[in-house]
Amino acid sequence: MNRRITNLFSRALLHVVIIFIAFAWLMPTLGLLVSSLRNRNDVLSSGWWTVFRHLLDFNQYTLENYTEVITASGMGRAFLNSLIITIPSTIIVIIIAAFAAYAFARMEFRGRHVLFVVVVGLLVVPIQMTLIPILRIYNGLGLAGTFYGIWLAHTGYGLPFAIFLLRNFFGSIPKDIFESAFLDGASHHTAFFRLALPLSIPALASLAIFQFLWVWNDLLVALIYLGGTEQVSPLTLRLSSLVNSLGQNWHLLTAAAFISMALPLVLFFSLQRYFVRGILAGSVKG
Amino acid sequence: MKKANIWPWLYIAPALLILAFFLVYPIINTFYLSFLDKGSESFIGLSNYVFAFTKKPMLIAFRNNLLWLVVFTVFTVSLGLILAVLFDRVRYETVVKSIIFLPMAISFVGAGVIWKFVYAYRPAGTPQIGFLNAVLSKFPNFEPIGWLVNKITNNFALIFVGIWIWVGFCMVILSAAYKGIPKELLEAARVDGANELQVFWRIIIPVMKPTIAVVATTMVINVLKVFDIVYVMTNGQFDTEVIANRMYKEMFQFHNFGRASAIAVILLLAIIPVMIVNVRRFREQEALR
Repeated sequence: MNRRITNLFSRALLHVVIIFIAFAWLMPTLGLLVSSLRNRNDVLSSGWWTVFRHLLDFNQYTLENYTEVITASGMGRAFLNSLIITIPSTIIVIIIAAFAAYAFARMEFRGRHVLFVVVVGLLVVPIQMTLIPILRIYNGLGLAGTFYGIWLAHTGYGLPFAIFLLRNFFGSIPKDIFESAFLDGASHHTAFFRLALPLSIPALASLAIFQFLWVWNDLLVALIYLGGTEQVSPLTLRLSSLVNSLGQNWHLLTAAAFISMALPLVLFFSLQRYFVRGILAGSVKG
Repeated sequence: MKKANIWPWLYIAPALLILAFFLVYPIINTFYLSFLDKGSESFIGLSNYVFAFTKKPMLIAFRNNLLWLVVFTVFTVSLGLILAVLFDRVRYETVVKSIIFLPMAISFVGAGVIWKFVYAYRPAGTPQIGFLNAVLSKFPNFEPIGWLVNKITNNFALIFVGIWIWVGFCMVILSAAYKGIPKELLEAARVDGANELQVFWRIIIPVMKPTIAVVATTMVINVLKVFDIVYVMTNGQFDTEVIANRMYKEMFQFHNFGRASAIAVILLLAIIPVMIVNVRRFREQEALR
């Protein structure tokens, strides 16, 4: 009897702790969303949680902050720029990495092992180590402040992880499948396009989400190679300059921040499975 | 395996060219630049490194990075582990996991805005619009704190943003490893009279040690490169600067490319032990294949 009570008590405590933590983790983002929908005076005079006193009073909500930041603060243009930067950066990395990963996993050539160890080493090199030389070359070639420049830079920085992930995945496809294809006279090209790629669609999806989020959320690379040109600035860059220029205008800042997070959140909720799989494959192989 | 000739090289050539251009060459060049002066014109020996290890703003940056290294790594890994074990015991596991994991999808810039708002400060007597000060104001005699300005709290306030983002990552990996532990092993210990704490310390932790090590090294790399959070939330003011921000300032505000390069090299040197561990671990895995 006594034992059952303690048991019940510890179960209850477990639920309380878990729900408290989940609430604490969600609260900051919720506060941002709610604040972005309130008008200026409300945001500055009372905490966002006060909306829960009369949650269904829709007069307290407004979309004006969003229209204002999209037009007047350039978040609309920035959203477009983020798409223009992110989509090609994701596709180029995957294509180049897939070829290289296939060669590392399934073809034989001298230096294969050494070269791959170099790739593993490059995985952790801080980007800071590359900024000055690349920026100088970019300035010389006129690539600084252009989409071409940032597509290439993101490709370079994303490649080691992409090659690593795909090579491990190609390597884990049973050898027999390839060998019987080769016996039937298939070339490496056929094996790559007809076997390796189709069998790796989950891995390619994981990689695509990773690279997409990584580029979409990047600040440093854009800051260095695109500079302050508003014409080409992605959301992160625009948002970080709004943090300075809007100061305490929380109603606008929160709306701007939510615009920058909207697409990643949609991706996250719809494709979480692939995201998790990619994390597991990328860091604890074996 | 099928005999191949020139094709392997054609397959890897684009990747190798890009890696050589964007990573290998710049690394070598930055090393070289770190021994040159401000405008990369004349050789000045180790002066940039002497600057890096003696000047006050640099020492503050090192101190902060060390603080990040310890607090961030310890909290992300241990909290990630605790959550993985706790969540495994409830039926709504997937829901709470998603909630903890969600910040991973948000940019550091976005997270910076979110938390700047949580930390927002108003003088005592006016309504607090920042959640943290508002909650704490419920306690008697509490004076609102400017979390990002106060030199005792600001670094911890920034580090907590990092923890908020990365705990989900640790939790996901550690949870997968935890679920891989044979349930009989844990049951056997319980039958033998071990309580839950003993099971945690004597079985779960030792069995999961390799995974914990992988997660911890990943967190160490993240923490050494931390930039965005500080850039957006305080821009290094009030003694919150970290190495990566210092490098950015030397490069873009002071146009001192020698010093900026030296700082980058120091960052790389700090990461090299992790790189060696990674390569060694990779070799071991390959040997098992």
